[in-house]
Amino acid sequence: MIDVIETKDTGEFIINVGPQHPSTHGVLHLIITLDGEMIKDVDPQLGYIHRSIEKMSEKLSYRQFIYVTSRMDYLSSHINNQACSLAVEQGLGVELPPRAKVIRIMMAELTRLASHCLWYGSTGLDLGAVTPFFFGFRERDEILDIFEDTCGARLTMNYIVPSGVMYDLHPDFQKKVKQFIINFKKNFGEYNDLLSGNIIFQNRTKGVGYISQQDVISLGCTGPVARGSGVSCDIRKWYPYEGYENLQFDEILETDGDCFARYMVRLREMEQSIRILEQLVDAIPEGEFQAKTKNVIKLPKGEYYQKVETARGELGVYLISDGTQYPYRVKYRSPNFSNLFAMKTMAVGQKIGDLVSVMAMLDLVIPDIDR
Amino acid sequence: MTKEELKSTLTTLFPEATFEENAFVNINISSTQVLKVCTELKENPMFDFDSLVCLSCVDWKIHFNIVYHLRSRSFKHELVVKAKIDNHENAEIESVRNLWMTAHWHEREAYDFFGVKFLHHPDLRRLFNPDDWDGFPLRKDYMDEVNIVEL
Repeated sequence: MIDVIETKDTGEFIINVGPQHPSTHGVLHLIITLDGEMIKDVDPQLGYIHRSIEKMSEKLSYRQFIYVTSRMDYLSSHINNQACSLAVEQGLGVELPPRAKVIRIMMAELTRLASHCLWYGSTGLDLGAVTPFFFGFRERDEILDIFEDTCGARLTMNYIVPSGVMYDLHPDFQKKVKQFIINFKKNFGEYNDLLSGNIIFQNRTKGVGYISQQDVISLGCTGPVARGSGVSCDIRKWYPYEGYENLQFDEILETDGDCFARYMVRLREMEQSIRILEQLVDAIPEGEFQAKTKNVIKLPKGEYYQKVETARGELGVYLISDGTQYPYRVKYRSPNFSNLFAMKTMAVGQKIGDLVSVMAMLDLVIPDIDR
Repeated sequence: MTKEELKSTLTTLFPEATFEENAFVNINISSTQVLKVCTELKENPMFDFDSLVCLSCVDWKIHFNIVYHLRSRSFKHELVVKAKIDNHENAEIESVRNLWMTAHWHEREAYDFFGVKFLHHPDLRRLFNPDDWDGFPLRKDYMDEVNIVEL
């Protein structure tokens, strides 16, 4: 799928990667300038799956527009729904029942785990190891089964709604989550054995795709990409929401700033998510799962901004209400959007083969960029 | 700095600006001042707004607002800067991409969807739409009979 389209007089090649290159995980199109094997420039071309979710949201009511956001970062759909719900709840001024809050956090952490499992599998696949894919999907499938029981969906959940969650938990939820935690802890050692200690994997990721702290801050990178360079940015710690302040977990920081550091951040984050789940699985309060609200939501005139930590970084929802039942303007600050443009800083000066490592460790979900 | 401190310090520095308060402190300025205000906010160690979290454009039908969500990593305080562009026909504003690199792509997005020109931006092209796309889709007056279905 890589084809040379032009040769400059200077001996530089301009090649296209994508839009359907397997390692781009979606329809990302990169125009790359090469000097021999060295990358000189990366220019991402976007918009192949742009659906204009922001424009669509202006014609949907406050209950409806949340469903569209499941299609943005489809690997973090619970967390996208949560961000929008929190923004709407800011305007409603409604206090959530404790049960709803705990359910939301558990779903968010399970989503983070499922997303990182998929990333682990696809990273292995990108870098030439097939087995991690099966390991990652084994755990991911278990989580998706838990989701399916409660939400009826495996990808676009639409379970978290303004004022709580849509249904109560499935009766087997606690049992299955407990079983999942046991299984995951047992299997997690294999993850490290298979890739982290693998010398081929280390050679392809250590020292590759370096990005400095200053660049990370200036480029607005968030999530594991920023934390791999030692920049603390976990919204769950910085601006806690939904009771994350009461939970015991660590923000993972690595300081090397290369692909391996970003890999380790994600892997260690999975352990922290398990830690959060362990604290909550036996402590789900009884009671209502939804606060009482009117059927038709009308927010007071004003502006609401809600930020949450998705599996990829900071998602911001900027909501402007003009007092009617439709939002006047919705803007999503999506984590992948800012992370993608760090690719140029990471890849320039590297070999073309390293581009795959860089892309794998950015963990891009293209529909989140092409909102 | 707390919200009150932030507001009082900003009032003395920029007397012509107006303020609103919700979850953040909002400072309203005119589009001509944006570079002066943003440079001060970023370079002054008292504020130290080193990250631009989000840059949004809002079409208010007679004018545009460019909204900058700023955050300081050292003080953990946040600020919303709203720059008003009065000219709806030929909207222009100074680019802030030399202060925060992330603005480079946010501004390309805003140009793509709203047609706001960011002056001194080195590479102001459309980001998502094809280069030959007609009009600016996120404007309130944008009409497209083929792609937009009215419910």
